[in-house]
Amino acid sequence: MKSIIEVKHISKAFKIGGNAGYLSFRESISQALSFRSKKQTFLALDDVSFQVEKGERLGIIGKNGAGKSTLLKILSKITYPTSGEVVMRGRVASLLEVGTGFHPELTGMENIFLNGSILGMKRAEILSKRDEIISFSGIEPFLGTPLKHYSSGMRLRLAFAVAAHLEPEILLIDEVLAVGDAEFQKKCLGKMKDISQSGRTIIFVSHDLGAVERLCPNSILLEKGKLVYEGKTADVKEKYLAGFNSTAWSNQQGIDKIVSIEGATIRLEGKQPNHELVISCEIVSQQDLPDGFLAFDIKSENQVCILQAAPKETPYIPIKQNQSTQISCRIRLDGLIPMRYFVTAWIGPSYNETYDLAEDILSFEILDSPVIGRTMPHFIEHGHLVAPSQLEEMTHSPKKKNNDG
Amino acid sequence: MQIHVTLTLVKIYNEGSNPKFNFMDHHHTHIIKPAKFHHLEFKELWRFRELFLFFTWRDIKVKYKQTLLGFVWAILQPLVLMGIFSLFFSNILRISTDNIPAPIFYFSGLLLWNLFNGGLSGSAASMVDNANIIKKIYFPRLIIPTSAVLSSLFDFFMGIVVFVGLMTYYSYIGAINFSWKFIPFYGIAILLTLLTTLGWGFLLSALNVKYRDFRYIIPFFTQFLFFVSPVIYPVSILSENGWMKYILAINPLTGALTLARSTFSNIPPDYSLIGISAGAAFILFIIGLIYFKKTEAHFADLA
Repeated sequence: MKSIIEVKHISKAFKIGGNAGYLSFRESISQALSFRSKKQTFLALDDVSFQVEKGERLGIIGKNGAGKSTLLKILSKITYPTSGEVVMRGRVASLLEVGTGFHPELTGMENIFLNGSILGMKRAEILSKRDEIISFSGIEPFLGTPLKHYSSGMRLRLAFAVAAHLEPEILLIDEVLAVGDAEFQKKCLGKMKDISQSGRTIIFVSHDLGAVERLCPNSILLEKGKLVYEGKTADVKEKYLAGFNSTAWSNQQGIDKIVSIEGATIRLEGKQPNHELVISCEIVSQQDLPDGFLAFDIKSENQVCILQAAPKETPYIPIKQNQSTQISCRIRLDGLIPMRYFVTAWIGPSYNETYDLAEDILSFEILDSPVIGRTMPHFIEHGHLVAPSQLEEMTHSPKKKNNDG
Repeated sequence: MQIHVTLTLVKIYNEGSNPKFNFMDHHHTHIIKPAKFHHLEFKELWRFRELFLFFTWRDIKVKYKQTLLGFVWAILQPLVLMGIFSLFFSNILRISTDNIPAPIFYFSGLLLWNLFNGGLSGSAASMVDNANIIKKIYFPRLIIPTSAVLSSLFDFFMGIVVFVGLMTYYSYIGAINFSWKFIPFYGIAILLTLLTTLGWGFLLSALNVKYRDFRYIIPFFTQFLFFVSPVIYPVSILSENGWMKYILAINPLTGALTLARSTFSNIPPDYSLIGISAGAAFILFIIGLIYFKKTEAHFADLA
């Protein structure tokens, strides 16, 4: 039997530089008149081929910018490949976002119909599943209220309720589970598993390696637009994480920013439970701008942000024309459980303004348990940190018996 | 306002669908290839027919949400303009209305003009307005500008109700002779207007995605069209310049408006003028459609 999805040598090139995105008339006229063309192309996907069998659940893993979303967009026909071909043998539904097409002025009920229809459901299909959708969402009393009065959690529930009732043969899902409360996420993952057990094929893209692992037995790994590995999700995950084993990083994008984080190194010092992280950073600025903060986020391998470290609470890095600043920062880490962690560096003049953001550039691994002599393993379900605790009091007394007489 | 009517309309198209899937169904096998020219796939458009109505329904519904008067606005605006035009252009400036009572003359013109104007401004902005949907999900893109045009039909039909009332009154007092020719003639006029609106709508919505300049050009452009279309004057005032009216007929609205009014007037319609307009409307529609289909594949990358 033929595979349900065949991806054959897909490449996607984007133009970068002057004429990326939309143009104004003036620009396109001046471009037509000038002889030198400054078109540069960037390959978001580079000769990617793979196959998916019917009923298979495939995860797509990769760093930001590895081409995961572009691949999913091509599979869902939103954008087209520059070369190559994809054959899809079945009805496709894609969930690149929850609540696509939701309109704030329409009521919850009206949005169920609109969203369902945009996702490709027939009106009769929505009608027949309406009660199920409503009870899945758990927001029945608010269905007559315009969506603009909903909390973001309620919108999400409604959106998921509709999406969970799609019945395509091929379901493409992007990141959408990264939001929402944990309990509802579990409910959605469970629902998706049910879907796949009924023979549907799923392609799932997520940063959350845990979710990919739970849902997809097999995965592919993308790196800079190339498919570098395919196999069991656990192996792919290992490969992916190994790629992060970086204690030194330098900016290779070469896109000119006014302020950029150019390089960084990391060193883990000390012993459990009192590790210290020493991060050194180089910041290059092209112009005079207000002083900036530098802050670091530390995420676990399943992309949960554990903590943030900002060495000073007021802007402290002078941003001057043609200047390079070296900073070294020491962060105390108490009681992190054994796992790989990632560091994101951010620089900006205030909390809501960003000069540069370098995501997941460094990683470090904690090997020992923060509790000396602990024999049982740590599970992230019970937190990433172990709080220091000690026994205060313990007494023993014989248990009273009721049938003494 | 109850637009639930539309929902019941959808029922007509309802396939008794209990989705059972046949794997390896060849109808659902599709091949994604590099973007060249995408042919118009009628089968696919037909499969998505419900989405036309859903988008239309959304646009109508959203348009009158949180307004006190709701769809009364659809009637009020042409009625007020009709009054102003009758007063200034007919009573004061004495511009000919081809012996048609001024209110009938202006209202019949304004109805078609508003259908065009509302549909055009809606559809021209539609691709950019729905960019967030275009970037996240696939469906035939033609649905978006088409639905925007269809939603302006709603206002039009509201207006028609008032118009029928006006006509009944004026034929009762004997100012017009109502002829049944009106129905096919007006029907063709509506079709010509819709074809023109869709043609411009496809073209401008696609251009708007690529060049945001069109956001500024469009209001200016519709104002220009208002003056070259015989909304506030009849084509007959140009009859001394015989060739002039044929140049104006390249604008299909000229033919549509002339045809629509011809049934009230004792002047027979100039069929060659209407022919030119019909041809122009058709060519415009094809050009718009081709340009839209040609650029469609890049919308998600540009929007």
